[in-house]
Amino acid sequence: MKKIIIALVALALPVMAIASGGAHLDKADIDLSNKGSLQNGAKMYVNYCLGCHSLKYMSYARMGKDLGLPDELVQENLMFTGKKIGEYMTISMPAANAEKWFGVTPPDLSVIARSRGADWIYTYLRNFYVDDSRPFGVNNRVFESVGMPHVLSQLEGLKKPVYTTEKDEYGTDRQVLTGYEYITEGSMTPAEYDRQVRDLVNFLVYTGEPAKLVRYDLGIKVILFLLFFLIIAYLLKKEYWKDIH
Amino acid sequence: MKVLSNFVDWIDARFPLTKVWNEHLAQYYAPKNFNFWYFFGSLAMLVLVMQILTGIFLTMNYKPSATEAFSSVEYIMRDVNWGWLMRYMHSTGASAFFIVIYLHMFRGLLYGSYRQPRELLWIFGMLLYVALMAEAFMGYLLPWGQMSYWGAQVIISLFSAIPGIGEALSEWIRGDFVIADATLNRFFAFHVIAVPLILVALVFVHIVALHAVGSNNPDGIEIKKNKDANGIPLDGIPFHPYYSVKDIVGVIVFLILFSAVVFFLPEMDGWFLEKDNFIPADPLKTPEHIVPLWYFTPFYAILRAVPSKFGGVMAMGGAIVVLFLLPWLDRSPVKSIRYKGMLYKGILTVFILSFLALGYLGTQPATPILTNFARVFSIIYFLFFLLMPFYTKMDRTKPVPDRVTK
Repeated sequence: MKKIIIALVALALPVMAIASGGAHLDKADIDLSNKGSLQNGAKMYVNYCLGCHSLKYMSYARMGKDLGLPDELVQENLMFTGKKIGEYMTISMPAANAEKWFGVTPPDLSVIARSRGADWIYTYLRNFYVDDSRPFGVNNRVFESVGMPHVLSQLEGLKKPVYTTEKDEYGTDRQVLTGYEYITEGSMTPAEYDRQVRDLVNFLVYTGEPAKLVRYDLGIKVILFLLFFLIIAYLLKKEYWKDIH
Repeated sequence: MKVLSNFVDWIDARFPLTKVWNEHLAQYYAPKNFNFWYFFGSLAMLVLVMQILTGIFLTMNYKPSATEAFSSVEYIMRDVNWGWLMRYMHSTGASAFFIVIYLHMFRGLLYGSYRQPRELLWIFGMLLYVALMAEAFMGYLLPWGQMSYWGAQVIISLFSAIPGIGEALSEWIRGDFVIADATLNRFFAFHVIAVPLILVALVFVHIVALHAVGSNNPDGIEIKKNKDANGIPLDGIPFHPYYSVKDIVGVIVFLILFSAVVFFLPEMDGWFLEKDNFIPADPLKTPEHIVPLWYFTPFYAILRAVPSKFGGVMAMGGAIVVLFLLPWLDRSPVKSIRYKGMLYKGILTVFILSFLALGYLGTQPATPILTNFARVFSIIYFLFFLLMPFYTKMDRTKPVPDRVTK
C-alpha cells in the first residue's frame, strides 16, 4: 500500500511542476454585465488598437446593439473611417507592409480572449517595460521580445524593470524581474490605468464570444424547464412501475 | 378511432408496422432489473440524433475550405441565429458521445454483456466505437484551428511509420504533402456523409442483434431460460412502456448535465474546446504542445510509450483490436461482476485505474518520467486482456441464482 502511495505522489510531482510553470498572471476580474465597462472598452479599442488589430468577425452594428449603443452614437464616436454601420471592424493596413514594420502582422483580435484568456491580456497590457535593445524601446514580461510597441504608454507612462538576484533550484544566482520603477508619468494613475485595461479586456472577452451575453440567462431557463420536466417524467415512471416487483 | 385503426390495418397489409412495433418495443421483453448502467444505450442514440441534427444546421453555414473554414465557424458563432447554440451542442455532443459510449462499454465489461450469445453484438458495438473515433477525428479538423491542423498532422503522419508503403499512404490520405485544403475537403465529406451512414447502419445492426439475443442484465442471467406458459420471460417486462418511460427520466437527467456544459462551460476549461484551436491553422507555426482531445488520450499515451514509431502505431492499434477479442478471452463461468471473485474485481480495478492514468498521461508532455509511467500502465492495459483467459479461470466465483435479483 505504502509503495502505491509513494508511486502516486511521484506521479503527481512532475505534474505539479508543470502546472506551476509559466509567468504569473494577475486576475482580470471582468464583469460582462457591466455595459459601461464594455462601452469604455470599445472606446479604448477603437482609439488605441483598431489601427493595427482588426476585429474582422465583429460588425459595428452588432457591437452597438450588444453594448446598448444606438447606430448614430456608434457612427459618431466609434467609427473613424468611412465605413457603413453593418460592416465588419477591419483595418486598412496591408498585411505585407505590417509585417515589414513590426516583424509580424498584428493578429486579428476577435477571438484573442479565447486563445490567450482574459488574465493573460490583462497582465500583458500592464507589463510593458523599457528595453533599449528592442526596436520600439519596450519589452514585455509575459510576452518576451514582443513586436508590439507600448501603445498605451501615454496613459500608463513608462516603467523600467527592477531586478533582484535570487537563487534558483540548482543554487545558481539568477536575475529575476520583481518590479518596476516609473521613468515618465502617464496621464493616469496606476489604479486608473488598471481599470481602463480591465474595461478593454472585458470588451475583448465580449468580442471573443458575443453569445456570452445571452447564454447564461438562457441556460438557467433551459435547466429550470428540464427540472420541471424531470418531476413529471419521474412521476410517470413511478406510476408505470408500480406493478413491477 | 375506427378510421385510425382502419388506416393502421391498411398499412399493416403493406408494411409490418404493428409487427415491428411489437417485436422491438411493446412485446420486446427486457430484464426487469436494469440499473443505472443501462441508461447509456438509449443516451448514445439520443446523442447520435442530436449530432446529426445540429450537424445539418452547421453544414448550412460552414465552408469546407482552408481559407474560409475558420471564419465560417466564427460566422456561425456570431451572425447565424442560434448558430452558437448549434455549435456548442455539436462540440459538447462530441465529448458527451464518448462519455456515454465509454460508460456503455464499461457496463458491458461489468456484467459480461459480450459473452455468448452476444459476441456479435459486442463486435458491432466495437465497430461503432471505431467509426465514432474516425468521425470525431475528422470532425475535429473542420474548425481549422491550430489544434485541428496539428492534431491531424500528427495522427496522419503515423501512417508513414508503416514500412514500405507508409509515406505514400499518408500522402494519399492527405491528398497533399501536408494537411491542406484537399485534406479538409475530404474529411468534410467523410465527416458529414460517409461515416454517419456507417454509424447509422451499425446502430441498426447493433439493435437487430440485441433484440435477437435479448438484453443481458446486472445478474448476467439469461431471462429466456425461465418463461411462463405464454412463452414470456418471467423476469422480463415489455420495453414499452416500462423502459421507454424510465429512459425518458435518464434522458432528462442527461440533458440537464449536458445543458450545464453547453450554456455555462462550453470549453470545459480546454477539455472540450481547446484554447489553441481559437488560433487559425498556421502550417508554419507548430504549437508547443500538441494533444488530441481527451477521448483519444489513453491510446495516444500507449502510442508514445513505445520507443519506435511503428511499434507505437502497432501498440495503439493492438490496444483497440484486443477489445474485439474480449468475448473469447473471458473464460469465467459467470458473466456478471456480482458473482465474480475478488481476483477479477481487483484486476478490473487496476485496469480501470491504468486506463484513466493513460488518459491523463496522454494529455501531458512526454517527459522521461511520465513516459515510464505510461509504459507501466500500457503493459497493465495489455496484460488485463492477455492474461484474462487464466485469471478468469482461477477466480473463485459465487453461485449464480436462477432468477434475477433486485
